Amino acid sequence: MTTDLNPRYSFETFVLGEPNRVAYNAARSVAESPGASYNPLFIFGPTGLGKTHLLMAIGNRAQSVSEGFSVEYLTVDEFLEAYQVATAMGQADSFRNRFEGVGLLLVDDIQFLAHRRPVQGELLRLLSGFQESGQQMVLTSDTPPADIEDMDERLLRKLDGGLVVDVAPPDREMRRQILEQRAEERGADFEAEVIEAVAAFEVGNVRELLGLLNRLAAFQAVSETPVTADAARAMLDWEVPAEEAVMPIETPRAAEVEDDPFDMTPLFIDMPETDEFADFLSDVSSTVEQQIEVWRERLAASILRWQPEGYRTARLEQAMQSDEVMAPIERLVGQFEADIGRLQEMQEAMREVAPERANDIAFFDPDRVAEAEHLVQKAVRELGALPGPSEAYSPGAFVESGANRVAVTAVGATVSDPGKRYNPLVFVGGPGVGKTHLLHVVGHGLATRDNFWVACMSTQQFLDELQQAIDDDRWDAFRARFGKVDALLIDDVQLLAGRRHSQEEFFYLFNRLLEAGKQVVLTCNVSPRDIEGLDERIVSRFEGGLVAQLDSPDRDLRRAVIIKRLEDLYGAAELDLVDYLAARPASSVRGVLGLVQRVLSAADARGVDPSGRLARELIEGAIPAREDGSRSIRTSGVTSAPGVIHSQDKVIWRWPDPVERIIEELV
Amino acid sequence: MSLVNFTTREITCKIVYYGPGRSGKTTNLQYIYGRVPEGRRGRMVSLATKTDRTLFFDFLPLELGQISGFTTRFQLYTVPGQVYYNATRKLVLQGADGVVFVADSQARQLDENIESLQNLQINLLDNGMDVRDLPVVYQYNKQDLPQDLILSKRELDDALNFRQRPSFQADALSGSGVFETLKGVSELVLRRLSEVSTA
Repeated sequence: MTTDLNPRYSFETFVLGEPNRVAYNAARSVAESPGASYNPLFIFGPTGLGKTHLLMAIGNRAQSVSEGFSVEYLTVDEFLEAYQVATAMGQADSFRNRFEGVGLLLVDDIQFLAHRRPVQGELLRLLSGFQESGQQMVLTSDTPPADIEDMDERLLRKLDGGLVVDVAPPDREMRRQILEQRAEERGADFEAEVIEAVAAFEVGNVRELLGLLNRLAAFQAVSETPVTADAARAMLDWEVPAEEAVMPIETPRAAEVEDDPFDMTPLFIDMPETDEFADFLSDVSSTVEQQIEVWRERLAASILRWQPEGYRTARLEQAMQSDEVMAPIERLVGQFEADIGRLQEMQEAMREVAPERANDIAFFDPDRVAEAEHLVQKAVRELGALPGPSEAYSPGAFVESGANRVAVTAVGATVSDPGKRYNPLVFVGGPGVGKTHLLHVVGHGLATRDNFWVACMSTQQFLDELQQAIDDDRWDAFRARFGKVDALLIDDVQLLAGRRHSQEEFFYLFNRLLEAGKQVVLTCNVSPRDIEGLDERIVSRFEGGLVAQLDSPDRDLRRAVIIKRLEDLYGAAELDLVDYLAARPASSVRGVLGLVQRVLSAADARGVDPSGRLARELIEGAIPAREDGSRSIRTSGVTSAPGVIHSQDKVIWRWPDPVERIIEELV
Repeated sequence: MSLVNFTTREITCKIVYYGPGRSGKTTNLQYIYGRVPEGRRGRMVSLATKTDRTLFFDFLPLELGQISGFTTRFQLYTVPGQVYYNATRKLVLQGADGVVFVADSQARQLDENIESLQNLQINLLDNGMDVRDLPVVYQYNKQDLPQDLILSKRELDDALNFRQRPSFQADALSGSGVFETLKGVSELVLRRLSEVSTA
């Protein structure tokens, strides 16, 4: 994680000159009494002027002055890496703690902290801690602190509070000294005039200067005679300045290379000393790092967010540390956090159903969402199944006509797209028009969907369930049980009228299902608004969906019902019988079927086939209009004049056991 | 082409040098070739054939090594500027992550520059790419020529760079502005890292 100090970089090997004297003196002072003089010490200057040399010289000297003194040298890359690893592991404190015993911390090239606010913040905290405890920090950069882009103001103030010194490009005297020193180190022997001639060239940094020296040394090594000052000047004339160094073989622009794309001859006789590629590489590295840094910080932030809450973050840690398959960061973190959201929902549901199982480890592992869902489903089922649609109301037995077409169309849309189109769907109509049948038809349609839980029951059953929950003091279980269904179908909701507490609970459940996109289908014998004693909130919500009216059966419906009934029983239907019965008025399908049944029973009793004639005789004979035109029959509050029976199904044609009833009344 | 592959931990940037004939696209690549250490560059390939016009371009692969744990590669291409090689230009543009439009700064070449720029937009569209979404920088080459022969950066920006993308003055023969241009387009391309990365 850290770089060892290079023993070659010492104050003794550092070439001192006016351009770097202040920095040199400050560095020595810090090295000999760390934490006592300038803290922090900030050294800046262009690349190649000896900043790293000074930094390591401080470390080497401090260690030699005090044996066992702890010195740590870090490039900013190493600093960043240490920070990222620590934050990724959720151990930011360990990052700070690792510097506790360090007496002198040397950080190189902090200009690369530009735009990295979180790391800047960490450096600020570290620096404050160092100052408080008398630990020394020395930093370098290629620009003054204030010129580092997007730098934390507090960190800038902290850096300015220490000592900020620069190292400038070497002057001529310094260049001469450097050349002499390096020539001696290389064992190259140059005339003093040659050194002087080279020193006369103004170069931007020491590396460039050494590059010139290397060229001269290489030239001298292959020459029979020593390099002279004039030869050196002639040789270096085109080397410096750099922009004049590139010499094309062919200068006329007309001879540009596109004329001969096969020609791979390098255009240039030599490279300039300035390393444009290295510069480019550094630029690219910086940009990539910034982008990758964003990616890592996003992962680390998410890990830090969820780990303390007990959630497993292995998926994110793996993404950060390994070469495994990784998605783009927003997708990766987004999916992770969506999974946690789902786990939280599941855990909440489990708290309602079986609180003792709500802390199962599956609820804290985003890689086990399916398992968590299974646990909840299992717990809900253990509470007991809710009734589904009845087989007695098969979809095939329902007869469609103009009287119920709107409702039937709504059923189709609801079955194909539950919870989306008509929610709630409310069937309204008088008794016997097929509301209950249609409700169960919806239930059968929805039940064919995979993993789709349909609860279909009467309002009375719902109220019984609710009463049971109240008696057992298991409200949460009741809510969880109903809250888990994918579709709730309830018959005769008018029965909720006047039951305030039941309406409260129904309202809660209804809202919860609708908010979760679950389908609700209801039946009602009158329009919701006409139900007395039904809470206005419930009425308005019912009307917010689709209220579909089922009318009394028209002639077509009656006819279709009669034919279907007769065909089901006999395989065929006598047309005269069908026409006669279909022409009889009926307020409900149930009434039509009652009429058919009456004819069939009579035919059965007489041992003849059911026919129109028999029906006429039976029905018209049973109410002998011609024999007793003044008598009317009063049933269920409906008074019917002879021959004008409006509600056949309300007429009680056969009183069961009248004798027993009379005895019962008398007793 | 995927810019970032998190699976293999690779970053690959395909940058295409586009522009009219003789504007200096190949010169850009050759200058870069000359400045890249041997171990970091692949063989620069220039393919030209009279019989198969679809293979006519320059290709320079650059290995930038490991950057933040990603093996980073740049692939630099030029397209033939000549009008009759449009099929090749379209082919080379496929999967480009960024484009350097190398314009000839000479005043008399302005029409060719405009024509080539329009051709770039058409070819991008044909490849299902939108020039508005693609990192593009402009290089105004041959700025070393006498001032009375060339247009200034401002004039060229007005004429060509109406989307106000980064633009660079250059003299590709001497290398002036070549790396600045490459840096400019690289930065734009790399800043899209997180947007276009693939699993």
